[in-house]
Amino acid sequence: MSRITDCFKNLQEKKRKGLIPFIVAGDPKPGFTLPLMKALVDGGADLIELGVPFSDPMADGPAIQGGSERALAHGTTLRDVIDMVASFRKDNQQTPVILMGYSNPVEIMGYEDFAKSAAEAGVDGVIIVDMPPEEAGELKENLVKHQLDLIFLIAPTTSVERQKYISETASGFLYYVSLKGVTGSNRLDTNSVEESVRAIKQQSKLPVGVGFGIRDAESAAKVAKVSDAIIVGSPIVELVGEMVDDSADSLNKISEYISTMRDAIDAV
Amino acid sequence: MQNNMLPDENGHFGPYGGKFVAETLMGPLEELTEAYTHYLKDPEFLAELDDELHHYVGRPSPLYHTRRWSEILGGAQVYLKREDLNHTGAHKINNTVGQALLAKRMGKTRIIAETGAGQHGVAAATVAARLGLECVVYMGSEDIKRQSINVFRMKLLGATVVPVESGSKTLKDALNEAMRDWVTNIDDTFYIIGSVAGPHPYPVMVRDFQTVIGREARQQCLEQAGRLPAALVACVGGGSNAIGLFYPFLDDKDVAIYGVEAGGDGLETGRHAAPLNAGKPGVLHGNRTYLMEDKDGQIIETHSISAGLDYPGVGPEHSWLKDSGRAKYVAINDDEALQAFHNLTKVEGIMPALESSHALAFASKLALKMRKDEIIIVNLSGRGDKDIQIVATLEGITL
Repeated sequence: MSRITDCFKNLQEKKRKGLIPFIVAGDPKPGFTLPLMKALVDGGADLIELGVPFSDPMADGPAIQGGSERALAHGTTLRDVIDMVASFRKDNQQTPVILMGYSNPVEIMGYEDFAKSAAEAGVDGVIIVDMPPEEAGELKENLVKHQLDLIFLIAPTTSVERQKYISETASGFLYYVSLKGVTGSNRLDTNSVEESVRAIKQQSKLPVGVGFGIRDAESAAKVAKVSDAIIVGSPIVELVGEMVDDSADSLNKISEYISTMRDAIDAV
Repeated sequence: MQNNMLPDENGHFGPYGGKFVAETLMGPLEELTEAYTHYLKDPEFLAELDDELHHYVGRPSPLYHTRRWSEILGGAQVYLKREDLNHTGAHKINNTVGQALLAKRMGKTRIIAETGAGQHGVAAATVAARLGLECVVYMGSEDIKRQSINVFRMKLLGATVVPVESGSKTLKDALNEAMRDWVTNIDDTFYIIGSVAGPHPYPVMVRDFQTVIGREARQQCLEQAGRLPAALVACVGGGSNAIGLFYPFLDDKDVAIYGVEAGGDGLETGRHAAPLNAGKPGVLHGNRTYLMEDKDGQIIETHSISAGLDYPGVGPEHSWLKDSGRAKYVAINDDEALQAFHNLTKVEGIMPALESSHALAFASKLALKMRKDEIIIVNLSGRGDKDIQIVATLEGITL
């Protein structure tokens, strides 16, 4: 069983909701990523989504674009990101790590090399934002070979037939995009999220995580109530962008933010 | 597979093209594909499009034999397809008219567009004004500085011009930002992409709206010269004017086809915008195609004297035509393009856009290697008035 499937099974047994924070690897500096990942776990993260920086992040709002630009200013490559996961795995065998990024860096590295290197480093799942199942045949084949989960997005514009098609191709969990827009938008409508997650659940037994637009404890709790996990990105990346060093104090600010979200969803 | 049978139903030209977008856009792209496929066979829609192209755009555009310039060159006879004479001064309007009519049929009330040099933005704003649609144009803040006249033109036409400050602040970033707008306002908004780039169905749709160039040119050449041209030449940024000219000739095996990329300071300097000459395949802006990228797959900054060619990707069909060998892709440097700009202006009294000047520069080299009874058709994709300021600055002249 994959670390991701395992993680969701444990959450379900404990009747807890999953907390999946997102940071961009290499942001604001490559050296900060490992301590930040640890801080996320300390704050109560169940899974970690690690963004692979890309020069043209079409699906991201200004916050995550900023994170990507800061990471690229320090030359962070996909191979660096995979190495960061390998370092994280030295002390943590438990927390699943998902790489989230865009097609081109993976395409240039080569699907086979990517899947093999990621698996060896201890990556558990992959989300390629701009690669829908229709284009993901070669990636999927290589990820399956190395027992990595391929996680797909489902959006408010996804038809019921497509929900079914995506569910059949995906593994690990399904990522429901809570709104029409880019990451960090301020247009969350929890009622429609509830309806959509219920519809997805009729198509698939996979857990459903919800992301895009969750900013604070209140929205976290509302979304957690109707899903299996919440994904929080932009507010964390904004905090990371303000870090001047990786001192305990700076890292504590991140852990504290995660703890607030943790408490909010545990109260559901 | 025959060249003109592509793309397949998922928008693939061999390994190129496709739909590499976030899930939120997959439904809307499907809706667009259905609408486009439907209206392309709808006689009423086609009649309306023809009527607009004739009475509003001013088509057919002339095919003009440059007798003096050909004589001076001393080789093949060069004919110009005068897209510069279209309303708004470039080929871009052929496509914006088509897409805007489609938007109207689909019940969309808001149009967005990206622009580099501003020609596509002006064409989109023009058609939006003509049809009473709201129009928002995304433009890199660097390009806004380079093309202030076109920015003002768009504003006069009632469009909102949004400066894009992310990334390299040029065309590619404007496209990213337009995509972000589209994903946010998907219900009422139609995104008019200006080139044969983007996810399926854009490369095929834009091509189909631009093939009027090649259809006319083929017929005009047969009427005027009694034979087909020996070669076609067009500049390639995203490549919409080029594919528009090339496509109707793909099955004419004796017609050589040349796409001319922006060589900038020279391919050897790395400062250029010539992905087909010096890039490698990758994925950007919704499709797989040749790209300007570094070894880690990050998109790199491009350079060209002409903002309209300053783009790190190229339409996926051009990538396919390159690999299949049906078309050849060459590069012309900034200074060669500038020379061609002056030559045509002085010899024929036609001031070409700096984009089109790249095609002219290559045609003048090609003509020398050809017989005097052979014909080259160059797509004169736009007029040069918009570039006067740039030319003056380059030559140290204050206007």
